[in-house]
Amino acid sequence: MVKFQHVNKWYGSLHVLREINLRIAKGEVVVVCGPSGSGKSTLIRCINRLEPIQAGEIFVDGKPLSDPTLDLRALRAEIGFVFQQFNLYPHLTVRENLTLAPMKVRKVSRGEAEAIAAKLLERVGIPDKSNAYPANLSGGQQQRVAIARALAMQPKIMLFDEPTSALDPEMINEVLEVMTGLAKEGMTMVVVTHEMGFARRVAHRVLFMDEGQIIEEGAPQTFFETPGSPRTRQFLSKILSH
Amino acid sequence: MTYKFDWSVLWTGQSGQWLLQGVITTLEISVLAWLLAGALGILSGALRTLPFPPLRVLAAFYVEFFRNVPLLVWMFFWYFAVPPLLPTPLQDWLFNHGAEFWAGMFALGVYHGARFSEVIRSGIQSISKTQFEAALSTGLTTAQAYRFVIIPIALRLIIPPLTNESLNLLKNSSVALTISVAELTFQTRQIETYTAKAFEALTAGTVIYLALCLSIAFVMAQVERRFAIPGLIARVARPEH
Ligand SMILES: Nc1ncnc2c1ncn2[C@@H]1O[C@H](COP(=O)(O)OP(=O)(O)O)[C@@H](O)[C@H]1O
Ligand SMILES: [Mg+2]
Repeated sequence: MVKFQHVNKWYGSLHVLREINLRIAKGEVVVVCGPSGSGKSTLIRCINRLEPIQAGEIFVDGKPLSDPTLDLRALRAEIGFVFQQFNLYPHLTVRENLTLAPMKVRKVSRGEAEAIAAKLLERVGIPDKSNAYPANLSGGQQQRVAIARALAMQPKIMLFDEPTSALDPEMINEVLEVMTGLAKEGMTMVVVTHEMGFARRVAHRVLFMDEGQIIEEGAPQTFFETPGSPRTRQFLSKILSH
Repeated sequence: MTYKFDWSVLWTGQSGQWLLQGVITTLEISVLAWLLAGALGILSGALRTLPFPPLRVLAAFYVEFFRNVPLLVWMFFWYFAVPPLLPTPLQDWLFNHGAEFWAGMFALGVYHGARFSEVIRSGIQSISKTQFEAALSTGLTTAQAYRFVIIPIALRLIIPPLTNESLNLLKNSSVALTISVAELTFQTRQIETYTAKAFEALTAGTVIYLALCLSIAFVMAQVERRFAIPGLIARVARPEH
């Protein structure tokens, strides 16, 4: 589904991604963790080409992203992205947040888009909020709307960049539950998160990044119980200790 | 003091009609120029925030060029310098159809468009970059993201400075009297010339400008309330504690 081949990326002289090689299969759930500034966001932002790369190649669904004839809109329409800061459209209602892209990109009729929106709001557990504005929702509800907004495009892949890091602790679970549900339904997911409970329960594979490199990867069981690299061990002991 | 007040000059003779025509012309030239300025301002303000350097430079050139030359010079430029460059039939047509009005409107719109542009740019730049990225991530094009997300949010954020600039535009429409557009200031001067009652005539002009500006400010305040982004106003009014 997604393949990184010798991917390198620089911001000026800062080498943020170093020789990334990675394959993500259809239906796979991959959790990415690592210290702040290690390149996790950059890694997933490259998948829908919010960030360009300078060397190597990324394939999504077999298509190389460096192809100059690539239809960027079509690529992004297939990939849902959920941000740490929700980024809902504050001037639109929840329903309008969900119907905008399907109507403008997929040319779905308003009626159909609204029907999809209603179903998705049901699925993320807030069917009664379709006329509310984002500012009137709690953080957890906003993030669930953001997930629903991404799903409204019926993507093949969902990318999450620290979806629960901006939430109050009591709201984290409601968002993780929605994500767990998605994973169970077979969605291909790449999730940057430090929620190690979620990683253990839901991920098929966990990656550890540091200084732009994938230092370690493995099934959650092995990753957490017998981490190979001292840096991984050090990182895990820090985030699991509290 | 030997000056004798005679307020009746404002409604005797043709004064009343002149004032009314002056107000209408002022409103016409201002509304058309406002629309032109709005279109140019949104377009160039948005272009200046795009990740395409050539378009950014073009928009920056427009803004710096037009806002750094006095409005009066632009009025003269469009009225005296531009028409001779046009084909003769068009020149004739223009001078039979109020060339001074169109030159004045154009100068006013283009000059204030450059000033609107800066207000709109600052509005757009106050929106976080990830908001734009979120729109792109759903498959919207850059143009769609601007049209449906970025510009609607920016316009709602900049209503107070936009009100200010709109009032400036209305007041600056008086500069058009220098190319003999018969707007409000022109007409008050005419009343003064005919009646030699400068104080009365200019007082009338002042009061009318004041009334127009207060009306605009009132309307903009209603617009601001109507289109307020939910949450933003409430947060200002009711700080969390
Ligand atoms: N737009 C940018 N310009 C320059 N440097 C950046 C930019 N975005 C991120 N960086 C730098 O790239 C590195 C990796 O960032 P990021 O991928 O956001 O890390 P993480 O998500 O793991 O915290 C950091 O050192 C960060 O400061
Ligand atoms: Mg990050």
